[in-house]
Amino acid sequence: MDIENLDEKLSTVKTNPDTQSHLIPDEDSCIRCEEKSCIYVCPASVYKWNTEEKKLIVSYENCLECGACRIACDKQMLVWKYPNASFGITYKQG
Amino acid sequence: MERFMSQENKVDVIVVGAGPSGAAAGITLARAGKKVVIVERGSFAGSKNMFGGAIYEFPTIDLYPNFKEEAPIERVNTQHRYLINDDNSSVSVAYKREDQSTSYTVIRSKWDSWCIDMAIQVGAYFSPKTIVRELIIKEGKVVGIKTDNEEFYCDIVILADGVNSILAKQIGLRKNLNDTEIAIGVKEVIQLPKNVIEERFNLSENTGCITEIAGSPMKGITALGFMYTNKTSVTIGLGVNLDELKKRKITPNELLNKLKKHPAVAPFIKGGELIEYSAHLIPEGGYNAIPKLYADGVMVVGDAAMLVNNIHWEGTNIAMLSGQYAAQTAIEALEIRDFSSNMLSLYERKLKQSSFYKDIKSYKNAVKIVHSNSSSFLKYYPEKINEFFEMFTQSGFIPRACLYRRYIKNFLKDRKISKLLYDILNIIKIFFDAIK
Repeated sequence: MDIENLDEKLSTVKTNPDTQSHLIPDEDSCIRCEEKSCIYVCPASVYKWNTEEKKLIVSYENCLECGACRIACDKQMLVWKYPNASFGITYKQG
Repeated sequence: MERFMSQENKVDVIVVGAGPSGAAAGITLARAGKKVVIVERGSFAGSKNMFGGAIYEFPTIDLYPNFKEEAPIERVNTQHRYLINDDNSSVSVAYKREDQSTSYTVIRSKWDSWCIDMAIQVGAYFSPKTIVRELIIKEGKVVGIKTDNEEFYCDIVILADGVNSILAKQIGLRKNLNDTEIAIGVKEVIQLPKNVIEERFNLSENTGCITEIAGSPMKGITALGFMYTNKTSVTIGLGVNLDELKKRKITPNELLNKLKKHPAVAPFIKGGELIEYSAHLIPEGGYNAIPKLYADGVMVVGDAAMLVNNIHWEGTNIAMLSGQYAAQTAIEALEIRDFSSNMLSLYERKLKQSSFYKDIKSYKNAVKIVHSNSSSFLKYYPEKINEFFEMFTQSGFIPRACLYRRYIKNFLKDRKISKLLYDILNIIKIFFDAIK
């Protein structure tokens, strides 16, 4: 079966999410940001824009720890850290 | 880790990161009897790593002379296939030679772990689940590492902490990365029976095929697709420059879904089961993006030093070599107790003599040229190549002479002569860079 759905794909990755996010965008900068590049570069669609709340929703538990958002953030207003030790993804293939 | 350290919590060398470059540095130092600790943020070596991908005979065999017999190798690559895609067609070229090969497919979680095991066997200390948050600097010199709750000291730190290398940035060896010099690789590992893989890729037993894919569905985008064969799985993925995703407002997963559906690609993975989806950044900046590789008490190796040959998709080879050279330099530095940047510059001098480094240098303009002319090299010409072969395969009511004339006419009509000349000039430039 060919899988296109991202959630199904992400379910193949072994993860142990921390209780706190390791990705912290600056909310004021996000409101002013027109590009919202993080949404497009992320391979796991961690970032979604909530138009009603004018807020970036960060599903950090899906993060593949690649760092694309860190580099793509036009405003450089994202605090990006590695998840704490023993948290995050574990690739079995890689 | 404390037990391995001396009373002052100090060792000779701390290597940050247990990928190919870190393991190479670790094993080289341990073999020379140096006290070396390799720290890794993942729960085991390779657990956070991903690549296409292939490892290469050289310098692997220098570091691990027994790797062909004992390492977890998937397949020996004896075939290299290039697909140039248009939307509904594809031109492919395949090179095959069974009696010699210099690359092997591996699964990183197994391969990286095996390399670290080899380093441990000769006396390196391995500390997984350890995140280095910053380097300790005293009087301008790197003298150790700081984890979440502890400090460890050493004479030299080797930074093998990968493409994101936050530590190289901390000490100013790396600047903020530009989205044109970084690509994201996404891939799926798709399980298929061994004999099915061998039939589909035209392989004899245990041999493998590397496939590079240009053009559709990444037409006009600075991106290339790839397939690698493992024993009982096929890896399919692509690397795409971050600025292209931003510009086109498309996600890497969407591109990968399109690639899997392309008529020239889909039959290879049909009926397989997805066993893992993964993503990792690739340093694509080439020669111009390589930072200064050393400072007082510290050297940078592998992806952390942006050492990737993006034209030939090589990274693990120069990663291993840079780790080995940094370790050899550290061994000399430890002999004379000189850890200054002047002493450690020996590492860069050694690396510059290597064929891998020279290759990256000869392609220094190639990627930039292709990237800034992607509508030519990754769209227009792939289309024209496909149209060219289409003329020979279609038998119909139009005489071939008319088809040929139409092809030549369109070639000149669809593109300004000045643009064609400009492309030719660029190709000549890439060619002369490569041979000079």
